[in-house]
Amino acid sequence: MSSVRLFFVGGLLSFRALFGWLSPWILIPTYVIAPIFQILLFVYIGRAAKTQSDEFYVIGNALQYAAIPCVFAMTNTIAGERYQNTLSAVLATPAKRIPLFVGRSLPVIVNGFFVAAFAFVVGGALVGISVPAEAVPGIALVILVTAFACTGLGLTTAAVGLLARDTATLSNIVFGILLVFTGANVALDDLPGWMSTLAQGLPLTHGIEAARRLADGASFASVGGLLAAEALVGLVWGMVGYTTIRALERQSRIHATLERA
Amino acid sequence: MTGVRVFAVGLRFHVKALTHSVFFLLTSIFMPLLVATVAYYMYRAGNQPGSLLYVSLGAAVYGIWSSTLFGSGGAIQWQRWQGTLEVLVSAPTPFVLVIAPLTLATSVIGIYSLASTLVWGRLAFGIPFTVAHWAAFVVAVPATILGLGLLGFVFASTFVLYRNANALSNMLEWPVLLVTGMLVPLSLLPGWAGPIAWLLAPTWGVQAIREAALGGTPWPDVGVTVALGLAYLAIGAVCLRHFEAAARRHATLSLT
Repeated sequence: MSSVRLFFVGGLLSFRALFGWLSPWILIPTYVIAPIFQILLFVYIGRAAKTQSDEFYVIGNALQYAAIPCVFAMTNTIAGERYQNTLSAVLATPAKRIPLFVGRSLPVIVNGFFVAAFAFVVGGALVGISVPAEAVPGIALVILVTAFACTGLGLTTAAVGLLARDTATLSNIVFGILLVFTGANVALDDLPGWMSTLAQGLPLTHGIEAARRLADGASFASVGGLLAAEALVGLVWGMVGYTTIRALERQSRIHATLERA
Repeated sequence: MTGVRVFAVGLRFHVKALTHSVFFLLTSIFMPLLVATVAYYMYRAGNQPGSLLYVSLGAAVYGIWSSTLFGSGGAIQWQRWQGTLEVLVSAPTPFVLVIAPLTLATSVIGIYSLASTLVWGRLAFGIPFTVAHWAAFVVAVPATILGLGLLGFVFASTFVLYRNANALSNMLEWPVLLVTGMLVPLSLLPGWAGPIAWLLAPTWGVQAIREAALGGTPWPDVGVTVALGLAYLAIGAVCLRHFEAAARRHATLSLT
């Protein structure tokens, strides 16, 4: 029971703590305005370059923007403990680690879902794309799984954040890599082979592809494989992150390096 | 004369300090490179290789903009974190001579981004770097840096009052990149974007650099960029004085 409480209440409190350093009056516009302009920017570049349809960029960038709340927030909810001098206290507790760390990811996933969904709806309306009504529930599920996958990657960057000091730089780099590699703006066929191969192991790649197919009228069953691949990618990144955090926790106890990075 | 000296020393100091910041350099160089890469692939996929130098120059100016925006957003906040903001404000030296060199330094650092974007385009995508009017190009680049740096100064001046306004500055990255025509021709944008673009120095700066490199009449654009920069300086100075007084009144200067 205490693990369930730790999972939900601990996760929620940790997410609310993010607003301790950034007012919702600033954070929320960041989540609302920036993705819309990212969509508009790449839609217009796409029109100038005469490559893909507007729908291609709306879906790609709306889903890709889930990386901002998921990767940044996940990194900050864990690595940020160090800045607040609470990391030692958190790791000194006898609390089970899975609900402690994974519980923090739940609000992040929900937030990432809403940010990407909002960007998709508003960006799509501004640009004027039309998506079949029957595709909407499927796309919503794809966005949710994509947010989960991005949060898995965020757990890994959080782990790296226990080693490196500049988590903001790290998160920016991850965001940029996802922008280039995942097919958000450039079809995987137009990227060099090594890039499209690497993209298969990144969050967003399969989710974006699934959402595009659904928007083009494909059945939900036909994108089941892509959805499973996206979930698997997120799970693997999440496990890598969790394992690394545990390993670094042990190392920090042995070498007293917790507050050093 | 003292004012000029303070400004020059401040500029030199901040350029040197920022050059030593791996965090700042990575942020101001890496992201523009990635955005440039996406744009290169998009234009290449659309079979428009002739547009690549056009895009490369736009992406290079975006590098300066990104560096300026990030730096001006942090200009006041960094002083707060270091506990030096109150000392600087209470010093007899006008605060404008302290902050303006800092924001200008952030755009000077954008030179790294400009150079790396052009080199990246050349090495990775084979985009030839040719300049039609070298004299105009050599003038257009610093004029653009000046215009962008002083636009950053306007942003920074408002951040004296609002403790987390630097987060808001991050939000301006994509909108300004879009409306100023750095990566998209202005003629493709909706009508409402035009008047906004005319008020922003990056619009004229990127036009000046493109006209100088690709051939055209860059000098009027250089003139408008510098004129806008001077207007930003005046606006920023007024804002800074007003917001500084408000921050003193409300005792919010050191709140982090």
